[in-house]
Amino acid sequence: MRAYYSLFKMRLLKGLQYKTAALAGVSTQFFWGFMYIMIYQAFYRSTSSPQPISLRQLIQVLWLQQSFLVFIMLWFRDRELIDHITSGSISYELCRPTDIYSFWYAKILAQRLSGAMLRCLPILLIAFLLPYPYNFSFPPSISSFVLFFIALTLGLVLIVAISMLIYISMFYTMSPTGSLLMFSVLGEFLSGLLIPVPLMPDFLRKIVYVFPFRYASDLPFRIYVGNIGFKEAIISIGVQILWISILIIGGKLWMNKALKRIIVQGG
Amino acid sequence: MIQVKSLNKTFKVAKRNAGIGSAVKSLFKPQYSTIHALEDISFNIDEGEIVGYIGPNGAGKSTTIKVISGILVPDSGKCDILGLTPWKNRIDHVKNIGVVFGQRSQLWWDVPVIDSFNLLKDIYKIPTKDFNDNLDLLTSSLNISSILTTPVRQLSLGQRMRCEIAASLLHNPKILFLDEPTIGLDAVSKIAVRNFIKTINKEKNVTVILTTHDMSDIEALAERIILIGKGRILLDGSLTELKNKFATHKTLTVDFKENSSDINIEGTSILSRSKERIALSVDLNKVKVSEVISTLSNKIDIIDLSVDSRPIEEVIIDLYKEYQI
Repeated sequence: MRAYYSLFKMRLLKGLQYKTAALAGVSTQFFWGFMYIMIYQAFYRSTSSPQPISLRQLIQVLWLQQSFLVFIMLWFRDRELIDHITSGSISYELCRPTDIYSFWYAKILAQRLSGAMLRCLPILLIAFLLPYPYNFSFPPSISSFVLFFIALTLGLVLIVAISMLIYISMFYTMSPTGSLLMFSVLGEFLSGLLIPVPLMPDFLRKIVYVFPFRYASDLPFRIYVGNIGFKEAIISIGVQILWISILIIGGKLWMNKALKRIIVQGG
Repeated sequence: MIQVKSLNKTFKVAKRNAGIGSAVKSLFKPQYSTIHALEDISFNIDEGEIVGYIGPNGAGKSTTIKVISGILVPDSGKCDILGLTPWKNRIDHVKNIGVVFGQRSQLWWDVPVIDSFNLLKDIYKIPTKDFNDNLDLLTSSLNISSILTTPVRQLSLGQRMRCEIAASLLHNPKILFLDEPTIGLDAVSKIAVRNFIKTINKEKNVTVILTTHDMSDIEALAERIILIGKGRILLDGSLTELKNKFATHKTLTVDFKENSSDINIEGTSILSRSKERIALSVDLNKVKVSEVISTLSNKIDIIDLSVDSRPIEEVIIDLYKEYQI
């Protein structure tokens, strides 16, 4: 366990070095945040019927999405891992007395965590100071904040388990482009990052609920704003745990299978 | 200690001819050819040996190292290293071994070397006391104490390679696999690395398997060599044996006082000749070197002479030729 912890720590410290990247990220996210808010404001003005999520709640969700972008985006990739696989440096990783799956998991988790640590606080803080109705505000109750925190943490665990599948698929394809593109386009839609899940038509929402993606972003954020009630939140957290177990067990099995067929060529 | 028995490994390699036509064809019907990287490889290595594993590029040296270090799974065959099968008990097996791949790096690129070492300490669960003792020994004998706090990206190749070797020995492995450890190193670093390998072999009784293209590495380190070509073991024996088998000629170079008389001795051939110097190749099966020298001294006034064995490089070239690899 200690090995994974120190790897995690090292990766975290490395990630925290990239301050300029974080600053650029913060400003980009603000731009996107405002753009989305404008779009939905126009949409809400043009309709008179009540929507399943109020504009105020949606604005909160959008700010949360922007600040925790590194947690929820599937296209966020680890160059180092990709290089390991394609260049063959994975040889060294296989010479260590560690479980490769867990080893990589710790790396990716640390990378996402370090990315979010530098970004989420500044974005939320500034969004907090914006004038009404664009500002970010506290959750309606302490219980929804606690549930949000649990769901967000589990969501991160879940998203890393999904990204692991992308990396494992590279043992077969040698290039991350294909699976990254597929996962990120589909995943982004199914997580409700393109169209918020509550605004989707019924049949689409049913499809979205079948996949694991929304449990990483849509779920925690809507818990925060109070759009998902206490009872539904508890059940959904159970679903999260179920998905995490399925994906991690499946990923480990797949990894073991993939490792049997690897070929490291040239030197 | 290491027992390898009839190891086989094949790779499938995609093939297509040049040109658009064959590119389109291979879209629908890709052609593969099978390469036998290892064919029936068997050898035993005892504790404390230094074995040079040689062969031309693409012979299967690195593949063997990768199989016996648990990275690749062979198609068939047995391997028993300290009672474990590398590809079945990978995690237990790799605790016993240290590996250096000369062409890859195990150090973290953008952090100081010592951070990588500390990470390895946790990965291998090395007790702090052992770690400090080992680190002291390694830093002093590899002369890297001054560069431990430098980020790896700013090290020269020689410095980095010494750190790589140190990194692979921190956990006190019983076996060390070195895959081209001296590739690209200057003379000073090469000798430092060689001396160090000798030292740990003597003092800690570490078994070393070394692949290299630099024959002076082999000459300086290995008592035993295994020659592999096209995936098969062609020769397994001591370096002296090999030399005796192939070094059937010696080169005799003589400086003398100006003389242009005809020098023709049975069993020798002239490699070069000037007014004051001659180089002869002596066929040891036909004539002794001492006989040649005495015959020469009767004919000419010798100032200086030297007798050289053929360089090991040429012996190896002959060997490759003989086995057609």
